[in-house]
Parts: sequence; C-alpha cells; structure tokens
Amino acid sequence: MAISINGQPYDVPKDARVSLLDLLRDTLDRPGTKKGCNQGACGACTVLVDGERILACLALAAQYDGRSVTTIEGLARDDSLHPLQALFVEHDGFQCGYCTPGQIMSAVALREEFERGSPSGVSPDLQASPERSRAEIKERMSGNLCRCGAHNGIIDAIAAYVSEDSL
Amino acid sequence: MRPFAYSKATSEPDAIARGGETATKFLGAGTNLVDLMREGVEVPAALVDVTGLSGSIEETDNGGLMIGAAASNTAVAESAAVRERYPALTRAILSGASAQIRNMATVGGNILQRTRCTYFYDLEGSRCNKRRPGEGCDAIDGFNRGHGILGVSQDCIATHPSDMCVALAAFDALVHLAGPGGRRIVPLADLHRLPGDTPDVETVLAPGELITSVELPAAPVDARSTYRKVRDRASYAFALVSVAAVLRVTDGRIAEVRIALGGVAPKPWRTREAEDALVGATPGETAFVRAADIALSGATTRPGNAFKPELMHRTIVAVLQDLAGASE
Repeated sequence: MAISINGQPYDVPKDARVSLLDLLRDTLDRPGTKKGCNQGACGACTVLVDGERILACLALAAQYDGRSVTTIEGLARDDSLHPLQALFVEHDGFQCGYCTPGQIMSAVALREEFERGSPSGVSPDLQASPERSRAEIKERMSGNLCRCGAHNGIIDAIAAYVSEDSL
Repeated sequence: MRPFAYSKATSEPDAIARGGETATKFLGAGTNLVDLMREGVEVPAALVDVTGLSGSIEETDNGGLMIGAAASNTAVAESAAVRERYPALTRAILSGASAQIRNMATVGGNILQRTRCTYFYDLEGSRCNKRRPGEGCDAIDGFNRGHGILGVSQDCIATHPSDMCVALAAFDALVHLAGPGGRRIVPLADLHRLPGDTPDVETVLAPGELITSVELPAAPVDARSTYRKVRDRASYAFALVSVAAVLRVTDGRIAEVRIALGGVAPKPWRTREAEDALVGATPGETAFVRAADIALSGATTRPGNAFKPELMHRTIVAVLQDLAGASE
C-alpha cells in the first residue's frame, strides 16, 4: 500500500510519528502545503484527502495509507492555473501568501460541499440547499486564518469561484 | 513526540484484543490526541487506529438511529435523517471546530476528547491535577474565563469542550461500548465523570473499553430541538456557554422538555430538576426563567468566569422561547 500524492504513489513513513504535513514538506520536498501553527488552529496546512479538506498537521501519515491526497502543487494543469488560483490573483486574495495554499485547497473543497448541499452553522434551514452567500462563505472558511487581513479579497475570489457555473 | 507503536484494527474484536495493553490508546482521526502527544500531555506506548471500524448511520428497529463511532462529525451533521429528526445535533456539530477538523474527527473521538484548559496543556509551566493528580490546579486562581461553574471541584474546574455531546445528551443518546469484559450500554449523560478529587479519571470506561456506536432514541415527530452557542468570536471557537434543548408542547402545556448545557461543566450537563419543573407548565418567560434559576442554582464561579451564570441563564431562556415560539 502507499499514499497517493497528486497522483503519484509514495511509501508510508516507517516512523508513525510523522504527520502528513511533515511527510509532504520534509520527506517529499513538497513545500506548497504550509506549516503555520502545527496544532490545528490556522488552516495553512489544508489538503484534500479523497476530495475532502483536512488539516495535514493533525494527520498521522500512517493513517492515510491507501488514500489519495491532493496538495496545492496538484491543482494547476501544465502551465494553466486552476481557476481559483487565477481568481485569487484577480481579486488580490493574498498579501504575504503564506496562508494562500490552505485557503485555496479549503475553498476547492468548499465548492464541492455547496454542490452536495451541505449545511453550515449559519444556514437558516438545514433541509434546504444553502445559499452561496458571503455569510455562508465566511462561516465555511473560518478554519483558514489570514494574518495579513486579506480576507475581503479572499472572500471575493471564493464568491466568484463558487458562483461560476462551469470551470 | 515520544515514539509509539501504530497498528490499524481490522475489526472490533481485533481492536479489543489489541487495546488491552497498558498505555495503549485507541486512535480516531487524532485531531485532539495527536496534538496532546505533541505537547507531551499524552504519552501512549501504542496507538490502535479504529477509524476503519463501523462509521455507518443506520435506522434502528425502534425508530432511532445507530451511528458507528468511526463516523466523521461531518457525516453525522450532513445525514438527512439527523438534519430532519435531530436538528440540534446537526447545529451542534456545525458550530464546533472548522470544516477541515469536522471532516477528520470521529464521533468516538469527539466524545473522548480532553479539556482545552490551557493549564492542562502547559506541561512545563503549570500545575494540573488532571495531568499529575495531587499537584494542584493553576486554573482555580489563574485565567479561568473559559472554565466551569457546575459540577466542578476544588481540584479541577475544567470543562468538557464538545458541542456534539451537549446535543447528544439532550436527545438521551446511548453509548455502546465493547471491551475485554463484554458489551454494555451507557447513557451519554452518564459516560463522563465529575472531577471530585480524581479529575484524572474522566469517564466510566474500563481499561481497554471502546466506544463502538452511539444510539439516538426515536425523536417525537412534534418535538422541536435546537442548539445555541455563545462564544468570543462568530466561528471556530469553543463555547463560553451553549444550550441544546428539545421541547414538545401539547394543548398549550409543556409535555416534554430536555435541556443540556455546554461550556460550563466537566461533562455535557443535563438539567433534570429544571426539566421536571417545566413539565405541565405553560410555555413562556415565567416558566423558562424559573427553570433557568433551578438549572443554575448550584453554580460556583471564579473571578474570570463570574459572567457565566447570567450569560447561561439568558441563553437557556432565549433557547426555550425560540422553541416555544416555533411550535405555536
């Protein structure tokens, strides 16, 4: 068994202490996924596992044997940015850029959560399909902090991304 | 982090067989345990990964739901049956942590998560009776804004941090356990112990015992339920106070009510005397204020959390008024 990272198989680390984040950054030299707090508070390490967003810092890599991980390095196709990456550029969705990979990975999954009708803590009706409003986006992105204060641009970029019909 | 042996349980009997050793812990997604191990608060010699065991959500024969302990918090919150019949549970789960953590965290792990008392985490700098029984508690005369007011002791004023558990307590959820001594069922509201003079002993689980599932009894179709959480910021913060309540009104009288409090006690806190006082009463501010008075009659505060009884009182009344209004 192995962990698939952006489509390539890698051996599970022998030392069970290694987090998925340290596997990516230190062992595999994939530094796109950022280490912010390393305790599950900031969201900078957000990656997708089988399409769902998780925090790589709290994940022991050994637990992800056989799973498929997508990182920020796996989004662009050849020389074309992923549509959300382009929208972050267009809307000034970053300043220093350190939280950006986590923000983008989080929002890629967020769009899928809207698509399947997942409610959030601010959804007035748990049965109805949620509105793709700024209030919904803010609540759903609360696990990704930006200390530069680029949140308004980030929300603009994500609002454009989740409202586009096809990408 | 101290080295440990890792293995993944292939079945429930396999997990029980592996989990019997001293200093072995069951591992859910690790969202709390990995953090505690990194801080040196938890130092297990071995982890048995139980995320591969049942996480299914199924109807029970008596109209309830059986939720496998390995179900993610997200899976429970998004379940159509939970959203329709146990909305307070969906609301509680969605008010906790972040989307990323809810995707990882399991139901079993959520129940058994440890307090977020900062002194409990501060291995080098603080005394904590939970970590080292008998050494003292630095929270009692320290920064205790987030600490408990009900069920606390002279040795520990830490709170249980779960939102999910507060809703489970209000729905009379049952926790199914399996261990070396066999299977048993414990009400969620009785699973966690009060600290007394042994705050290191947090649950009634026997050594090697595993949470296998959580059962929700049938919810009356005409009952309303909700969860309200009050915190220092709008999202991604632990509760200062929270309330889960289930209310059923028949012919203008309260036929059934269950209230559970979060953020104020070492366990999800049911208010049975307040509930008893409400049954048969006319729903309204008079009855709700009296119930909140009863619920908080045993509260003790420290300087940092002296605001909590009033905040909790108002929140109880507001939640009950919401539910009574909605059921008219």
